[in-house]
Amino acid sequence: MLVKIDHLEKSYGSGEDRQPVLRGISLEIDRGESLAITGESGSGKSTLLHMIGLLDAPDAGTIQIDGERVSDLDDKGRAARRRSQIGLVFQQFNLVPSLTVRQNIALQARLAKRLDPNWIDMLTERLGLTAFSDRFPEQLSGGQQQRVAVARALATRPALLLADEPTGNLDEETSAQVLALMLELCADAETALIMVTHSIAAAELLSRRVHLTGGRLS
Amino acid sequence: MSLTVLLTLLSHWRRKPGQLATLLIGLSLATALWTSVQAINAEARASYDRASATLGGGALIVLTDETGAIPIENWTRLRRDGWAASPVIDGSLEVGEQVFTLRGVEPLSAAGPQTPLGGDGPGAAFLTAPGVLLAAPETAEFLSNSSLDLPPVQASANVSRTEIITDIGVAARLLDRGDFIDIITIDPEARPGLTPLSELVPELLQSSGTGNGEVEQLTGSFHLNLTAFGFLSFAVGLFIVYAAVGLSFEQRRASLRTVRALGAPVSSVIIALLAEVIALALIAGAAGIVLGYGVASALLPDVAATLRGLYGAPVSGELAIRPEWWVSGFAIATLGALGATAQSVFKAARLPLLASAQPRAWAMASSRRYVLQAGAAALLFLAAAIIPNVSSGIVAGFALMAAILFGSALLLPPALALALKLGQIATRGPVAEWFMADTRQQLPGLSMALMALMLALAANIGVGTMVSSFRLTFEGWLDQRLASELYVTTRDEAQSLDVRAFLEARSDAVLPIWSADTEIESQPGEVFGIVDHATYRDHWPLLVAQAEAWDAVASGEGLLLNEQTWRRLDIPMGTPISVGAGDSLNLVGVYTDYGNPSAQAIIGLDALTRRFGDGVSRLRYGVRVDPAEAAALTEALQQNFDLPANGVVDQASVKAFSLSVFERTFAVTAALNVLTLSVAAFAMFASLTTLASMRLPQLAPIWALGLTRSRLARLELVRAIVLSLLTWLVALPTGLILAWALLAVVNVEAFGWQLPMHLFPGDWLRLAVMAALAAVVAAALPARALATRSPRAFLQTFAQER
Repeated sequence: MLVKIDHLEKSYGSGEDRQPVLRGISLEIDRGESLAITGESGSGKSTLLHMIGLLDAPDAGTIQIDGERVSDLDDKGRAARRRSQIGLVFQQFNLVPSLTVRQNIALQARLAKRLDPNWIDMLTERLGLTAFSDRFPEQLSGGQQQRVAVARALATRPALLLADEPTGNLDEETSAQVLALMLELCADAETALIMVTHSIAAAELLSRRVHLTGGRLS
Repeated sequence: MSLTVLLTLLSHWRRKPGQLATLLIGLSLATALWTSVQAINAEARASYDRASATLGGGALIVLTDETGAIPIENWTRLRRDGWAASPVIDGSLEVGEQVFTLRGVEPLSAAGPQTPLGGDGPGAAFLTAPGVLLAAPETAEFLSNSSLDLPPVQASANVSRTEIITDIGVAARLLDRGDFIDIITIDPEARPGLTPLSELVPELLQSSGTGNGEVEQLTGSFHLNLTAFGFLSFAVGLFIVYAAVGLSFEQRRASLRTVRALGAPVSSVIIALLAEVIALALIAGAAGIVLGYGVASALLPDVAATLRGLYGAPVSGELAIRPEWWVSGFAIATLGALGATAQSVFKAARLPLLASAQPRAWAMASSRRYVLQAGAAALLFLAAAIIPNVSSGIVAGFALMAAILFGSALLLPPALALALKLGQIATRGPVAEWFMADTRQQLPGLSMALMALMLALAANIGVGTMVSSFRLTFEGWLDQRLASELYVTTRDEAQSLDVRAFLEARSDAVLPIWSADTEIESQPGEVFGIVDHATYRDHWPLLVAQAEAWDAVASGEGLLLNEQTWRRLDIPMGTPISVGAGDSLNLVGVYTDYGNPSAQAIIGLDALTRRFGDGVSRLRYGVRVDPAEAAALTEALQQNFDLPANGVVDQASVKAFSLSVFERTFAVTAALNVLTLSVAAFAMFASLTTLASMRLPQLAPIWALGLTRSRLARLELVRAIVLSLLTWLVALPTGLILAWALLAVVNVEAFGWQLPMHLFPGDWLRLAVMAALAAVVAAALPARALATRSPRAFLQTFAQER
């Protein structure tokens, strides 16, 4: 088992304004598995993804990755696990505008000191970015930018890839292309994928699907 | 990992070279102005030290004569008595167009670790004919190339560039001196004589060898003002850096968040930010130091002339590269950059990982922000009002000025916002209304540059008012002190009597300038005796005086005190003042005595001679004569009497010389004014250029509604002028308060005298025009770019989601 989530709880605000977002979520994900998390807006999908991605800390409950309890780690420990074990793909792409495509793809691998030029070249080629590798993000289309984000997330061969509405800003055809490539590459790298999405069609492409309603799994 | 983060941060500059240039130029200019002032001050101090070293660096007793010349017998008398005395000749040697101080020393008695001859004593060539001239390497090269018949020149790093050291015999020959020397130095530690100096050579004046200290005290005001100007310029430059760093942080906020999300710990981000700013500071610091060296080299000749002419301080007109101001330049550049970056680093440390990915506006306009700024300004003004009442000293003076300046700078944006809001209410017509509203919207982005402009203008008005007030006061003071047409100094009392008799037959009045060294209220000082004459009553304006003050002085019952002593004693009129032994005299008035750190008093001539008898020096006279006859009388005096070298001083030439010195001082101030304004103009240019690239979406709808691009560009120029003039309006009272603080607080704290403040409205108007011109220059390029922008660029903004 790669990820084990046990009775995870998270609220925002305080006092009377306190809003519970996650209410006792428990979940397990195996290596190489792909899991879609669906749900209405405000159901807590992105919050759950942020917890798993160690971008935020839960109020209660635990998260284990690869057998290590990571939910109690300090900022430095969380940052270390993020750069070495987790890949992140955001809806807004979040590329560094002043770095070229190639530099963006290599960024996390360099931070993790796990740069493998051959793997980067392979990713660049598979994602159809070779011709654009010296361009800057603003010179690319939305679909191309998202492919750069996918390549960057997989550049460290992470055990876990987290994708938050990765196709939310893309048209239908481009969405399908990006998603197919992402699944293909995850399978090659034996990377588990957790994807938050509104799209039922996208969710059906993954091996398992959970639905969040009011902070609870159904 | 920090390296990867650093490279990611640095990649921003590759895409924004203009922004990088702004930051580097801002920091370079700030460092340059600061370094140039430091370089000038360091050079001046080094010159004072070198000059002092030739007289033993303050460790020796220095004997001089009031007439300027000491008979050689005095020295031999001292030697025979056992004193470790050494004679010195001082004079001016003209070589080509340059004038050097030629100092002749007696090498066997003068040799010592403190002198330029060095601890091991001079070489044989120094002692044997034709002798050697010791000079600074640059001076040595200059002398070697001269056509004068001079002894061989030897370079010595221990000699000031304005000085030449040689054997006393060589100096006497070159300066055509007879049996007179100028100075006798005595080492009291080495070998005290048998008879006290006051008995052995009572006619000679003793100083404790603190000549350097006196020079530093005299020139302190000048250096202090230069330092204040340098600091203000630096602060203005830092506003540019702060604005550029703040903008770059906002532009990189999303990238920083991404890097953090990808696993970079916050410590790596902070280390990278600090490394980036230090690297930039080192580059800009080096450029700034080189630039500052250029500025200082250009200014130093005028500064040196000012210091030489005004205070007699020996300062070289050439600049040496000194490690201390290199270090100071790098330190101030790094500290300034770190200070300007502190807020960004703090924000980076607290940057939430999950905040909105949308970049924030560079600066958000909000009335809350204006209220906070106005509140902070009010607190600073309150501090400025309290500081003089609870604290004193030079640090308090500077704290007062800083509170005024930064309070006004903080008040500027809310004041401008209010003025524009009122303008919006008062204007009629859609374009005018839009113009006012749009200008208000631009304020946050421009406020840093406008604050820099305000500081520059306030500094100009403040320092300009102080220097001009000093000039007017100094002119008045010269009139007061140099009311007589001629000043005569005689060699001895016998000659004095003859000269007085000679002059009484040929002039309107002969005014004795007799004095005695004594203690005034237990402070060492000098008391002068004057005759009752209209020259004093008409020309000596008193700062504070009792009625009939001059009558009281003439009758021997009253005493006038110089300003600094009066302020030190802090006493009211009528207070009895002790002057040496004998009865105290009542204080009846206070006169200005700029530049003199010692206590001084004026009493009636009869009272002086009665009290001090033989202790009175009776060698000097002021002569009132028809100015047209002054030259003939000077010639007659020189023909009939063997007067000392400076025995007759002509009032007109001294005044003309002093004023010409001031003109050079003005050249320095004017240059610093222009430089500071240039820095502020650059700050505006940088901000306007940045805003121009960000505000196309705001202008596009107005363009679509029918305003042409050229009209929009003209409105941009008008906006810059309006804002600069409004800024000038805030800077004017700030500058005047600053001038008051400099004249009435800082000067009093530092030097004991207060300068009256004069107002110069013409200068203010000229500055307003310069501010408007600077704004036009700063806005010209962005406006031109707007006027020539393609319609497609405007249309694209409608297509983009913002």
